[in-house]
Amino acid sequence: MDLSIDFAGIKSPNPFWLASAPPTNSGYQVMKAFDAGWGGAVWKTLGVPVINVSSRYGSINYRNTRMAGFNNIELITDRPLADNLREIEEVKKYFPNHAVIASLMVETKEEWIQIIKDVENAGADGIELNFGCPHGMCERGMGSAVGQEPAVLKTIVEWVMEAANIPVITKLTPNISHIVDPGLAAVQGGTDALSLINTIKSIVGIDLETYAPYPVVDGKGTNGGYCGPAVKPIAMEMIKELAQHPEIKNTPISGIGGVETWRDVVEFILLGAGSVQVCTAAMHYGFGIVREMEAGLKQFMREKGYETIYDFKGKALPNITEWKHLNLKHKVVAEIDETKCVGCDLCYIACDDGAHQAIRIPEGIGNRIPEIIDENCVGCNLCSLVCPVEECITMVKRDDGTQHVTWNEKTIAGEVPTSFDDDRAGGKGHFVPTVQDALKHRK
Amino acid sequence: MSEYKKPTSTTEFEKNFKIKKPLMNQTEAFYESSRCLYCYDAPCVQACPTGIDIPLFIKQINTQNLTGSARTIFESNWLGNACGKICPTGVLCEGACVYNHQDVPPIQIGRLQNFATTHVIKNDIKLFKPGADNGKKIAIIGSGPASIACACELRVMGFAVDIYEAKAKPSGLTVYGIAAYKITNDEVVDEVAYLEKQMQLNFILNTPITTKEQLDKIENDYDAVFLGVGIGPTASLNLEGEEKDNVVGAVEFIEEVRMKQHTLAVPPKVVVIGGGNTAMDAASQAARLGADEVTLAYRRSKDRMGAYGFEYDLAISAGVDSLFEAQPVAIVGNGKATGVKFIKTKSVDGKLEYIDGSEFTVDCDLVIKATGQAKMASFLNLIDGLELDSRKRIVVNKENYQTKNPKYFAGGDAVNGGAEVVNAAYEGKVAANGIAVFLKV
Repeated sequence: MDLSIDFAGIKSPNPFWLASAPPTNSGYQVMKAFDAGWGGAVWKTLGVPVINVSSRYGSINYRNTRMAGFNNIELITDRPLADNLREIEEVKKYFPNHAVIASLMVETKEEWIQIIKDVENAGADGIELNFGCPHGMCERGMGSAVGQEPAVLKTIVEWVMEAANIPVITKLTPNISHIVDPGLAAVQGGTDALSLINTIKSIVGIDLETYAPYPVVDGKGTNGGYCGPAVKPIAMEMIKELAQHPEIKNTPISGIGGVETWRDVVEFILLGAGSVQVCTAAMHYGFGIVREMEAGLKQFMREKGYETIYDFKGKALPNITEWKHLNLKHKVVAEIDETKCVGCDLCYIACDDGAHQAIRIPEGIGNRIPEIIDENCVGCNLCSLVCPVEECITMVKRDDGTQHVTWNEKTIAGEVPTSFDDDRAGGKGHFVPTVQDALKHRK
Repeated sequence: MSEYKKPTSTTEFEKNFKIKKPLMNQTEAFYESSRCLYCYDAPCVQACPTGIDIPLFIKQINTQNLTGSARTIFESNWLGNACGKICPTGVLCEGACVYNHQDVPPIQIGRLQNFATTHVIKNDIKLFKPGADNGKKIAIIGSGPASIACACELRVMGFAVDIYEAKAKPSGLTVYGIAAYKITNDEVVDEVAYLEKQMQLNFILNTPITTKEQLDKIENDYDAVFLGVGIGPTASLNLEGEEKDNVVGAVEFIEEVRMKQHTLAVPPKVVVIGGGNTAMDAASQAARLGADEVTLAYRRSKDRMGAYGFEYDLAISAGVDSLFEAQPVAIVGNGKATGVKFIKTKSVDGKLEYIDGSEFTVDCDLVIKATGQAKMASFLNLIDGLELDSRKRIVVNKENYQTKNPKYFAGGDAVNGGAEVVNAAYEGKVAANGIAVFLKV
C-alpha cells in the first residue's frame, strides 16, 4: 500500500498536510509534525508586517464537545520573514521528502515577485496564495478581499504564475455566493492547483457580561474566521462544486475544512481532493491526531483493496447530482427494532412536532415503544437521526426498484404537475391530525 | 465480621459514614448533564412522586442556568435537596432512566439535583417569597417533610402558618431518622433554614400537642389544621425479656446515631430484628459504629424482605451477617440481654410455620428492633370525626389530603404508614392546595 501523493508536482509521503495556520508558525512545529507522521505543511502565511491582538480564538462547544466549531482573528505571521525563510530551509534539510508549501499574502506585483523568489530560494516545494483570510487582512485589501473579486484574483494569479518556478496552489475563500467564480478565475489565471475552504466569516458567541463578541479584545470584538468540524459540510459541498466543473475538474484540489478523522479524509478524497489540510484538529489534540487518520485510511484501503489514494479519488462524484435528477419513485419507510428501542420517544416527538406525524405511541400504561404509521411516513430519516440507539431505527426500501422518474424527465415530457398531487403529502395519502389533537395537552 | 473500626472522632465517624451520594463538582455535573437524552414524556419524571421536570433541570445545569435548575426542582418539591440525597433514586427516577435498557449507567439524577439545589442554598439565592396575606391562618402539627412542604406551599399562597414541633429542631425524621451516610445533619438543617428564611416559616419548637384542650384552642385560633405527625416510636414485639435496657428500637437507635455520632457506644455483638429498610439502616450503622458482629434476623426468606435490594446490599457490604427464616421468641439474659432466642420457620402455602425443636440462641450485647412503629392512634382519637384505617393510618381523600374532619388535612407517614421523604413532600404540597380550595382562597 502506498499513501504517497504527487499533488500538482508537489510530492508528499502521504496526503495529510497541516494547513497554513498557527500549527505551522515555526520550523520547530513543522519538524515535530513531520516526525509525528504528517506528510506536508503549508507554512503560516508570509507577507507584509502585521501586529496581532491578544485574545485571538473563540469556539463553539456543543454540550460536552469542545471546539465543535472554532474561530480566530489572528493575522498572518508576525515573525520576521528572514526567520521563516531560514527555518523553511532547515526543515527541508532534515525532511527532504516531505512537502513544505509557503503560504503567501502580499499586495503589489513587485512584492509578489520578490517573496516568490525568497521562498523558492529557501527550498519550498510549492506556494499557496492566501486569498481567503476573512478578518483583518481583507480590511487592507488582501486575503478574502482578493478571493471575493474573481477578476482581481485572476490578475494576481497571472503575476504569480509568471514569476513562480514551483507549483502554485490558489486558496479560496468560502465567503462568496458561488465558489465556481473564483475557482474558474484561478484556473484561467493558470494556477496549478486549488485549495479550499479558508475560514468562514463568523461570530461564535457574545459574552453575556460585556455584550462583546468572542474573542473579546478589551471590550470589543470583530468577526473571525470559522473552522473546525462544524464547517466540514460546507467545505465538502464547495470541493464537489469545483471537482465536478468541466473547466476546473482537472486541476488538483487540496481539501480543507473540519478534517479530523480518517473518515473525513476518505470523504474528502472521494469528493476529489488530492490532499487534505488540517488545522483545528491539530490545535485541539496536537500533531499526534494524525495517527488515527493514517491508521483509519490504511484500514479502509486494506478492506476495499485499494493500493493508492488515486484508486478511489473522486469516486463519490458521479453519485452527486442535482435534485432534479433524483428518482421520485424511490420510497423508504422507517422501521423500529423493538428489541433495541429504549423508549426515550425522541423519534415520536421529533416526528410529531418536527416532521410528518408518522409515529404513534400505542395506548396502554407504561407503553413507550413507538410505532411507525406507514401511510404517513415520507422516509425523511428524522427519527433515525434522533434515535440514540445504534441501528434501532432503519430506513427500509419499499419500492420494487422497477420505476424511475425524475423531475427533469417530467419536465422534458411536459408532465410537470399543475396541482398538488403528491401521494406522500399531508392531506392526501397522509392524514393530518385535527385541531382537537393539536390542543389535547392544553392546560 | 465488620470492616469498620469504632470511630473515635468526627473525622473517623465521617469516614465510616461516608456519604453515599457525594456532591458533584462542576465538571462532573457538566459531563453528567450532557448525557441526558431529554426523553419525551420522560420516564424519570413519571417515576418521581413529586413529578419534577427532570430533563429540564438537567438541561438547565448543562446550560449553566443553575439557579433556574434549582427553581425547576423546588417548584415541584420543597425538599428538593434532601430528596436528591435520600430518595431511593435507583428504584425511582434513576431506575426509570432509559439508559438502563441499553446497559448504560443511568443519569445520576439525585446527585445532579443536589448540585443545583446546593448552589442556591449555599449562596442563599432566594427563589420564592410569601404571597400577599390572604387573612387565613393555618396550624401545622409536626415539622417533618410533609409539614414543611405544606407550610411553604401555603405561604406562597399568602396564608399565615404556625408549625408546632415537639422536639428542639424542625425537620422530623429527615434529621432524626435517616441513616447518617445518606445526608448530614447540616445539609438537612441548611435546607430547612433556607426555606424558613425565604418563606418566613414560624416554627414553634419544644411544643408537643398532646391534649384535647390544645387541639380545641388550635381549632379555635386557625382556619384549618394540617397533621404531619408521622408515626410513633418502635412498636412492641410482645417478646419475653423485651423490656431489658439493651433492647432498643431502630428509630430510636438511628436518632441516637445522628445526634451522638462517634460518641455513641455500640457493643461488640448486635442483633437487628426486621427485614425492612429501617432494619437495613440500623444494621449498617451498627457495623459502621464498630460493632464486631451484626446479625440481621428476619423471620421470612430473603425474597420476602420489605427492604430495597440496594439497602440490603449496602448492609451486607458494611459487614452485616444475615439470618433468614428465624422468628425471635425471647430475649434471654439475666438483667441485661445476652442473646436472642429464635425458632426456625418455613413458609407453607405462604403461611409462616415454626419448625418444632429448632430453637437456637444468638448471643449479643444489644438488640435493635426494627419491626415497625407504633401509630399515634391515642392522639389522633382526640380529634373529632377523624377516621383511621385498620392499620391506624389517617384516612384522607387522595385528591386533596383532607381527612374525614373537613377542618383537618394530613400527609406524610401518618397517612401513608411510613414511606419516603419524597412522598411526604408531595402529600404536604397537595394538602396545601386542598386547604386553599377548602377555604376558597
